[in-house]
Amino acid sequence: MKYMLIMRDSAEAVEASKDLDFEQIINAMGAYNESMIKAGVMAGGDGLAPATEGFVVDFAGEKPIVTDGPYGEVHELFNGFWIIEVASKEEAAEWASRAPLGPGTKLEVRRITDASDFADFADNEYVQKEAEWRAAGL
Amino acid sequence: MAGSRSLMSGIGPTVDAVWRIEGARIVATLAKMTGDVGLAEDLAQEAVVEALRQWPESGVPQNAGAWLTAVAKRRAIDAWRRRERLDERYRAIAHDLATASDDEWQAIDDDVVRLVFTACHPVLSRESQVALTLRVVGGLTTAEIARMLLVPVATVQARITRAKKTLASARVPFEAPDPSEWSARLGSVLGVVYLIFTEGYAATAGDRWMRQDLANEALRLGRVLAQLLPREPAVLELVALMEFQSSRFAARVSGDGTPILLTDQDRTRWDHAQIRRGTAALARADAMGRGRGAYGLQAAIAQCHATAPSVEDTDWDQIVVLYEALGRLAPGPVVELGRAVAVSMATGPANALRIVDALAAGGALTGSHLLPSVRGELLARLGRTAEARRDLLAAADLTANERESAVLRAKAAALPG
Repeated sequence: MKYMLIMRDSAEAVEASKDLDFEQIINAMGAYNESMIKAGVMAGGDGLAPATEGFVVDFAGEKPIVTDGPYGEVHELFNGFWIIEVASKEEAAEWASRAPLGPGTKLEVRRITDASDFADFADNEYVQKEAEWRAAGL
Repeated sequence: MAGSRSLMSGIGPTVDAVWRIEGARIVATLAKMTGDVGLAEDLAQEAVVEALRQWPESGVPQNAGAWLTAVAKRRAIDAWRRRERLDERYRAIAHDLATASDDEWQAIDDDVVRLVFTACHPVLSRESQVALTLRVVGGLTTAEIARMLLVPVATVQARITRAKKTLASARVPFEAPDPSEWSARLGSVLGVVYLIFTEGYAATAGDRWMRQDLANEALRLGRVLAQLLPREPAVLELVALMEFQSSRFAARVSGDGTPILLTDQDRTRWDHAQIRRGTAALARADAMGRGRGAYGLQAAIAQCHATAPSVEDTDWDQIVVLYEALGRLAPGPVVELGRAVAVSMATGPANALRIVDALAAGGALTGSHLLPSVRGELLARLGRTAEARRDLLAAADLTANERESAVLRAKAAALPG
């Protein structure tokens, strides 16, 4: 089964990270990634550019409103993710707890759904289309 | 952090997960010191028992692998002291324990390579190689191995015990093979991994058509090996083959567990991310420029299927060529049978039947369901339904897999007349 490790940083942690040696962070993350590749569990991942480059689409009103932020009530920023392929929830927890992260950062660990989660809806047009899209590499 | 990981589901699954991640490196470290894989596994096992006892109170240590290794070493020293006699294997551990701190523990990849070659050593029987590899390289518990291999836990334990005794009595050194033996020994390692995969992919026994968890373990072992032995194209070829084949898992059985044959599979349900990974692995193997081996040719055949939009639009001519090359490199009746199927698709069933009949005349594959099932299929396409029915039913009787047997009977029943 696949799990996504979702990195969530507090705004303070993001601010504090600016004082850190970026090369050190790259090295720590690189070693962590390498350990998962060596163990044969790494299935993907990416980091996200700073939240200041991003924007928010808010559905609070009648029409969605696009704003530059701020992120309102959100006190944690989603900054990157890994996808790992493991045998159990506990193994996902073990890998997650090895991430070189510090105070102010959390990893939310979520199982990634697959076709079997939609087995009861196999006749649904869009469930079928999704299989075709995936086959086409979309 | 203390205890936090044990809150979810008790300590057992957490210790299992740590063993899965660290087991190979712990055993490799201890085996390097003692020169004895069996002793190393025993010591690591004692450390795991200690973890089950201590971690519910203390929490999972930050560096769980180092913790287990240190405990295993201390156990070794205790045993040594009790015996009050000098044993070189323990002295090496004592020396290490005196000089290194727990936190410094870092397994060396070369030691894991030695462990892989030792677990797949040719003095061991195939089933001992499989059990020991899953245990010490794959980091599975004996209960998990038993469940995946459909045998009792006691049987797995017996196979592992026998493997350790055999390694000890044959005085197999904890070393990677010499250059003169390298290729044959690597072949043995890859053979074990592929055997684990095929046992999962096309379960030879039981009421299930395949056991995906077992095949997934083989694929993980293959990926680990590809990192450990980055200059061996055969490892990447095997990984590619397993990626292509397992990409079809979701499409190979219907909701009630009935197998769906390649012709009838919904190709949109193939795992295309895996197909891309297989393609990348095969390309990396090819780029090493040492020519394709048997796994590479099989991977290329699987790739033809994996990338074809339908059975009709499959490049059967290319598959025939690949089977011919495979037949020169690794001749055998199963390869010849595969070639016959490809020929039947490329140029018709009559040509294929000649190949199959030649195989049958040579007495090949007697007692296997493979030959009559292919022959029955070809006869059906030629309209020789009475003979086709006889062969399909013969194949149904010969296979030990209940699901496969049912499919063959259904085919026979569906024949006209």
